[in-house]
Amino acid sequence: MEKTWNNKAWFLVLPVLVLVAFSAVIPLMTVVNYSVQDTFGNNVFFWAGTEWFEELLHSDRFWEAMLRNLVFSFIILAIEVPLGIFIALNMPKKGWAVPVCLVLMALPLLIPWNVVGTIWQVFGRNDIGLFGYYVNALGINYNYVQDPIDAWVTVIIMDVWHWTSLVVLLCYAGLVSIPDAFYQAAKIDGASRWAVFRYIQLPKMQRVLLIAVLLRFMDSFMIYTEPFVVTGGGPGNSTTFLSIDLVKTALGQFDLGPAAAMSLVYFLIILLLSWVFYTVMTNYDAER
Amino acid sequence: MNLSWMAWTLPTAIFFITILLLLCGMAIWEYASPGGNPRVGVLRFETTRGDRLFLSLLGSAFIHLAWLGLVGPNLWWALALSVVYAIGVFRYV
Repeated sequence: MEKTWNNKAWFLVLPVLVLVAFSAVIPLMTVVNYSVQDTFGNNVFFWAGTEWFEELLHSDRFWEAMLRNLVFSFIILAIEVPLGIFIALNMPKKGWAVPVCLVLMALPLLIPWNVVGTIWQVFGRNDIGLFGYYVNALGINYNYVQDPIDAWVTVIIMDVWHWTSLVVLLCYAGLVSIPDAFYQAAKIDGASRWAVFRYIQLPKMQRVLLIAVLLRFMDSFMIYTEPFVVTGGGPGNSTTFLSIDLVKTALGQFDLGPAAAMSLVYFLIILLLSWVFYTVMTNYDAER
Repeated sequence: MNLSWMAWTLPTAIFFITILLLLCGMAIWEYASPGGNPRVGVLRFETTRGDRLFLSLLGSAFIHLAWLGLVGPNLWWALALSVVYAIGVFRYV
């Protein structure tokens, strides 16, 4: 049967285009307009040219926040990916324990981000928080409100608690899709546990692992709510990530011009990462 | 309709009109030669015309930022470099 080709289908995407225009394109255009101007309110703007971009690119505050973001993402990935694989490998594959484990793993993912922040804000306190109190009782001087390292440790543990489940669930999905025949063949060949992992499980998990790494990288690079609720970016600026710095500039200081310039640079970085994500995914599919 | 809250300026309006014209040009190109001209270039994966335009625009944005950060506020050379880059992308990617 011959297919009918026409362009009427484009009208079907018109509602989405209108929605995207109002929710994304028009705000983005406004941000671009703000980024080259200065304002003191009352809808009065003064031309500033590329001044805010120059200021931003020469600002230690911006690069420090960027470095914090990158270090945070690196640490998160270095912990969550191996830990997620380890847990997924040790989760039951059959029986009643499977749904129990899956529900337990999914629980942290169901909690809203600001609630996670609030939980850990209380949990980490050394006067009434279970975690903070007992860590101090062990003789370790822990106070995330005053000590930058303690603040980082708290934010990292919180993120690991919140998001390792995602890696676990993705890896688990990859593992259960491996047919038993692979394991039987490995057993006949006398393969060690490591060999089974290296040559059967890891290659089969490669695709989901790639998704997990990229999702966690992008998500941790955009992190805002949890550290904002727990530490508010402090002590000092020690946990001020790019998004927190952006909100401080835009809403705290009402510097709309510099905040708009920062938003655009941040947006370009996220856009680049999204493109890499999309390209890697689509090409991996094509190769398969 | 009052659009003063969008704080329009002539340079930003020209910028967006240029982007719009580029998109219109791509649409006309696609109409004249459908299929997006997919090919495998130096990046070793398949790209279409739209991918090449996206890469050109994204790369140009970073070229302008790098120029601002490393050289100075005169962006004409950055624009020239971006055009050369875009031609390279459309030719080899």
